[in-house]
Amino acid sequence: MTQTRTITLTVNGDSVTRTVPVRMNLADFLRAELGLTGTHVGCEHGVCGACTLHVDDAPVRSCLMLAVQADGASVTTVEGLADSGRGAALRAAFTARNALQCGYCTPGMLASALDYIDTGGSADRAAIREHLSGNYCRCTGYQAIVDAVCDVIEGRVTA
Amino acid sequence: MKAPDFRYERPASLSEALALLAEEDATPIAGGQSLMPMMNFRMAAPALLVDLNGLADLAGITAADGWLTIGAMTRYAALEGSAQVMEGVPLMARALPHIAHPAIRTRGTLGGSLALADPAAEMPAVLLALGGEVVVEGPGGPRTIAADDWATGLYETARAPGELVTAIRVPLAAPGQRFGFHELARRHGDYALAGVCIAATGDAVRVAFFAISDRPVRAPGAEAALATGDIDAAVAALADLPIDGDLHAGPDTKRHLAGVALRRAWAEATS
Ligand SMILES: Cc1cc2nc3c(=O)[nH]c(=O)nc-3n(C[C@H](O)[C@H](O)[C@H](O)COP(=O)(O)OP(=O)(O)OC[C@H]3O[C@@H](n4cnc5c(N)ncnc54)[C@H](O)[C@@H]3O)c2cc1C
Ligand code: FES
Ligand code: FES
Repeated sequence: MTQTRTITLTVNGDSVTRTVPVRMNLADFLRAELGLTGTHVGCEHGVCGACTLHVDDAPVRSCLMLAVQADGASVTTVEGLADSGRGAALRAAFTARNALQCGYCTPGMLASALDYIDTGGSADRAAIREHLSGNYCRCTGYQAIVDAVCDVIEGRVTA
Repeated sequence: MKAPDFRYERPASLSEALALLAEEDATPIAGGQSLMPMMNFRMAAPALLVDLNGLADLAGITAADGWLTIGAMTRYAALEGSAQVMEGVPLMARALPHIAHPAIRTRGTLGGSLALADPAAEMPAVLLALGGEVVVEGPGGPRTIAADDWATGLYETARAPGELVTAIRVPLAAPGQRFGFHELARRHGDYALAGVCIAATGDAVRVAFFAISDRPVRAPGAEAALATGDIDAAVAALADLPIDGDLHAGPDTKRHLAGVALRRAWAEATS
């Protein structure tokens, strides 16, 4: 029989308590249990980066973490990312620069880009590309994404 | 795909964890950055998952007697942020950013990397070049295994079933000791096609390659040549090194790339 556990965590600032199967990963928990479908799932083995979000303010692959392991943690998904000023600026810059087409990679891309900005990354294009190298985008060719990140770092776009 | 069903326990102490691991088909999970993909692919199907993330004692860095002892559950991200590692173990600091991507380094652990013993992984080769040690503990108590004796084959180590890696020990850099690191990968963050770590103290040089064999390997011929500063002879000596191809490159390509990496790492060590 499938083992379940009751977990309590903070998701985008709200406390949430649910009973989950232990084998459920964090991405599926957010999408299926909480209806937060902004977190996208591509490969389910850590390679594509689509499921990247923030756990306790650090970027994490939500396909490689179990929901039970998020017990007590604070999770920020793309739905909550724009609550911070820099997150909102990044969203505005992505829109202004056309840094998305189909949008599948965007939630994970924003999470990784925000981590780069929040940890004091500079507007060095090679460093930005390196930091985002674990987030695949099959549409944009990355140029506009790097432009958007530079815009926020250099203060051309603010929230 | 999704992971197959399992039972899950999150022990609060090492002794509790070791007792759980005595059960059949029990598998420890550390950062999960290799085990979760294996479970999602259904290449691994543990009956009982023993989560080590509740073992706070297994994370942390302490310096004593010229050595740094790093708890198995210390994350790559914590190592990257540690002044003790940046200053005391520059070779490890140099290699860390080459492991995967920031989101994977948030959770991945040093102990997990050593336990997995992926032949293309950076940390086991760093430990080999530095002459470090792995501390394991099982029901019979702790024991220490030298890096030279750690990896015994493809994803195989000297760790016995039922034992956990509890710590990794590395000697702090000696004054004047020099280091070099280089890896060649298709894209940043990918596993290497070939890579090398060098630690040189006077004329004692240790060279550890990764991603060219079933485990990280030292290159005695290259070490002897580099002891006299002869990089051309060191590269030539790679002809005698047993090298295995993999899905991405055959043995000849790997031998060539190993030579390129060795030249670049040596240039770094001597610059
Ligand atoms: C996209 C991607 C790219 C990657 N690229 C690289 C790379 O370039 N270089 C690299 O080195 N790694 C890479 N990795 C793997 C990553 O470094 C893993 O974190 C690491 O290999 C395993 O550490 P972990 O803590 O996540 O271990 P887990 O995945 O939790 O465990 C790995 C294995 O070790 C066992 N184990 C874990 N801890 C212990 C312990 N303390 N005692 C005994 N057994 C234990 C587990 O049972 C399991 O079999 C990559 C991973 C992904 C998803
Ligand atoms: S779905 Fe998690 S990295 Fe691809
Ligand atoms: S916008 Fe389509 S994958 Fe990036």
